[in-house]
Amino acid sequence: MDITDLTACELIAQLEQRQLSSSEIVDAFLYRIKHLDSRLGAFLHVDEEQARRRAAEVDRRRQAGEKVGPLAGLPIAIKDNICTCDQKTTCASKILANFQPPFDATIVRRIREADGIIVGKTNLDEFGMGGSNELSAFGPVRNPWDPDRVPGGSSGGAAAALAAGMVPLSVGSDTGGSIRQPAALCGVTGLKPTYGRVSRFGLVAYASSLDQIGPLGRTAEDVALLLEVLAGHDPRDSTSVPGGVPPYRQLLNNRPEGIRLGLLVDQLGQGVDEEITQAISEAAKVFERLGMPVIEIGLPHHHLAVACYYIIATSEASSNLARYDGVHFGYRTDERAMEEELAQERRLWAEKGLAALPEEPDPPIVRLYRKSRAEGFGPEVKRRIMLGTYALSAGYYEAYYLQAAKVRRLIRADYDQAFSQVAALIGPVTPTPAFRLGEKIQDPLAMYLFDAFTVGANLAGICALALPCGQTRSGLPIGLQLQGPPFAEHVLLQLAYWFQKETDWHRRRPPLTALDRIAAGRGDTP
Amino acid sequence: MEKPYEIVIGLEVHVQLLTRSKLFCGCSTEFGAPPNTQTCPVCIGMPGVLPVMNRHAFELALKTACALNCEIAPFTKWDRKNYYYPDLPKNYQISQYDLPFSRNGYLEIRSPEAEGGRRRIGIIRVHLEEDAGKSMHDEKAGRADSRIDLNRAGTPLLEIVTRPDLRSPTEAKVFLQELKLLLNYLGVSDCNMQEGSLRVDANINIRVNTPDGPVPTPIVEVKNMNSFRAVERALAYEAERQYQEFLQTGKRLGEVPKQTRGWDDEAEVTRPQRTKEESSDYRYFPEPDLVPVVVTEAEIARIRASLGELPAALRERLERSYGLTAYDSDVLVSQGRPVVDYFEVLAQRCGEGKLAANWVQQEVLRYLNEKQVGIESFPIPAERLAELLAMIRERTLDTRRGREVFARMLTTGETATEALAALGFVDVSDEEIHALCRKLIAENPKTVADVKAGKIKAVGGLVGQAKKINPHVDPAKVREVCLRLIGELA
Repeated sequence: MDITDLTACELIAQLEQRQLSSSEIVDAFLYRIKHLDSRLGAFLHVDEEQARRRAAEVDRRRQAGEKVGPLAGLPIAIKDNICTCDQKTTCASKILANFQPPFDATIVRRIREADGIIVGKTNLDEFGMGGSNELSAFGPVRNPWDPDRVPGGSSGGAAAALAAGMVPLSVGSDTGGSIRQPAALCGVTGLKPTYGRVSRFGLVAYASSLDQIGPLGRTAEDVALLLEVLAGHDPRDSTSVPGGVPPYRQLLNNRPEGIRLGLLVDQLGQGVDEEITQAISEAAKVFERLGMPVIEIGLPHHHLAVACYYIIATSEASSNLARYDGVHFGYRTDERAMEEELAQERRLWAEKGLAALPEEPDPPIVRLYRKSRAEGFGPEVKRRIMLGTYALSAGYYEAYYLQAAKVRRLIRADYDQAFSQVAALIGPVTPTPAFRLGEKIQDPLAMYLFDAFTVGANLAGICALALPCGQTRSGLPIGLQLQGPPFAEHVLLQLAYWFQKETDWHRRRPPLTALDRIAAGRGDTP
Repeated sequence: MEKPYEIVIGLEVHVQLLTRSKLFCGCSTEFGAPPNTQTCPVCIGMPGVLPVMNRHAFELALKTACALNCEIAPFTKWDRKNYYYPDLPKNYQISQYDLPFSRNGYLEIRSPEAEGGRRRIGIIRVHLEEDAGKSMHDEKAGRADSRIDLNRAGTPLLEIVTRPDLRSPTEAKVFLQELKLLLNYLGVSDCNMQEGSLRVDANINIRVNTPDGPVPTPIVEVKNMNSFRAVERALAYEAERQYQEFLQTGKRLGEVPKQTRGWDDEAEVTRPQRTKEESSDYRYFPEPDLVPVVVTEAEIARIRASLGELPAALRERLERSYGLTAYDSDVLVSQGRPVVDYFEVLAQRCGEGKLAANWVQQEVLRYLNEKQVGIESFPIPAERLAELLAMIRERTLDTRRGREVFARMLTTGETATEALAALGFVDVSDEEIHALCRKLIAENPKTVADVKAGKIKAVGGLVGQAKKINPHVDPAKVREVCLRLIGELA
């Protein structure tokens, strides 16, 4: 038995039967990280020593017959845009390369209280801005199924770590598909909860009205297990929803019968990989076999979602990222070099004026802002800050931000209309399977369009789940997306759970050859 | 002679609310702590933090808006005002833009210049926002160095914007005094300009009377006024400056961009301030980290009911119930509610409002000013002072002796009767005084003749003798009785 092949729930069963200890489990996964990750790049930091210490502590308590939390001493990876008081939180950005938060995110505290063991922080596209994990300041993540391909993003490290068997559970964040899309490309299960279901306190904001933390696992059951720990009201996040948390894992046993599902036909066929269209249609049949009629359905304004998303998200980002200015914390430009440069420019200006310089040198504080931000942010982050700043500017606000806010309401109304007819929507997560590293890096628009099927759920604030439902002939995972009305996480999890009882896509592991190539360091693109 | 111009002033007032904790985190708002000790990840804008609204601050804001007769919005939201400044850690301020929680109110002031002595000053809007920190520019060792104190960052700040209804610098000052008093009565702010808990900017222009009718000059925003007196003087200076500029240039409203000028208190002039170009576009948008606030009718009713008696109503009641003059009621009410409460007990117990008002204004306030203490530290309870005033009112004690008794009560804590006895003051009856006066008149025919001849002052000789014979007599009374008896002799 390979420990790292087991699901979280299977591992918990073994722990409860004393077949395994937390220390053995943590060791097995740490071994895997050690052997694979230098090539895979899923982790930005790993704290082996602390993980082992905490595992031993949980084992001691279990031995002593003391109560052990629901996460039972299992290793968990946290996306590195979620604050941890004992490990740096970099957002995969140079500007926060040395940022050590003095506090834990609410979900980190909850995981610790539930006896989850945080083994490390996973890689991402800088500040969550990207869909391929190529945009990390600390190097890309590779897809365990094919190291020449991207794992998706922005929670690329979270999904790749799971797929490669480096952790049984991980936590990501989803602003426009950042959990579901990498889950699909890496063949794991990932949930974007309803906006407000999980506290955002401690999640470094990208786009506050869209961001949501969520669980990733290999199965719906594992995702349900972790969601129960993450979810719930937090007085420190006023957008988190009051009230209790359903027993998601227990509810899985209820087989959803007789409910109707809607197949998003507009997201199949043209512009979508044929193999993906095929796999989604097959998935629809599985649900029908399970006794759930599937009808064809549409979301009339969905073609506006990407445009709408990139205005709202970038507008909020331009404001959220304003605080990284080199003054209070984070990266600051070399001040001495800056002052020398400024002094020289001022001399030139005084002597020759416009003949020497295009404009009067800016004041030192403005120069400090400009240089710190120019040097600290990567190109995609800068692009989005500029887009958002533009969209909010006087004279453009009405045409862009306000218009997008209206479209957003139409998109939500479409979903409301759909959910008055069906319990959940089924469709693809992405139009194609994992693409090659570098393939879209020069074409931001192509990269943005890759989000077409996922951004809608964030704009509408509903819940959505991705799970594996097939493979391409070349052996790449294909993801199925389930979207449900607000707070219908239990429905999506039930659907995924029963789907996974009927199928074994979630049991597939990346081929040994791919993992061998990763371990042997032959994963470089030619 | 008709004035050559009319002044038009609107004020923008920022008031710190008296909450123990900040608007969006639990940090203390106390003034004067060492720099950056009253901060947390939320108010220094660390990555990952979220604001949570302080409900108490919102209640105080509601209270103020209700007292300013504003309409309260049933639904209000927060917006981000984006600008870069080192004392603004997030580089955006959480404020309210297009849906402030209240608007369209007014404050009535007593203006000596207005017809009927009163004027309603319109309030355009009142909104709540977070304060920024403080930048301190240190120029030591020849190298400019800036330091930032974020203790103030996140303190709840109320912005009150008036209509351009004020017609003179004095009216602006009176408005501010009345606003400050109102806020004190509501207990929502201490309005201390030195500590920055009240800050005022003004917009001012003038309408110059010309043969073709009034011509408005360009509006100027005046900043950096650090006291009410500074406001009055800065606006007076600015109005005259605009007039002189108009005479020279003829520039009228709309012909030049709006200017910002700073008041230099020492030089007593306003000077142009460099306007930040980038500040012109704040890129407001709805704050996604906070949920909108819903205010119910029931909540508004509860707040209105909790306002208590506000200064304007209180003045009127004092005038009505105790027969006070407008001046007296204004002095008392301006001292704050505890002094008014003291006065009311005093007036009711001694039975005469005017007498009580005089004593509070002259004796009690003099003591409070000298000792720099509040009425709660005044050693004589109102009930005891009332006993003394009753004696004065019933004329068993004259005012001069009353003051002596008062002085003793202040230091010993005795009752009026005790102090009176200790001072050896004995009540002298009317009969005794009359007998004494008759005796003195009989013994001093020269003096009586002088008085009859019109030298009224000569009666002082009799009063002096009376005091020697019986030190307890009231000299005023002796004088009065002697004059009357001499008059009757004729």
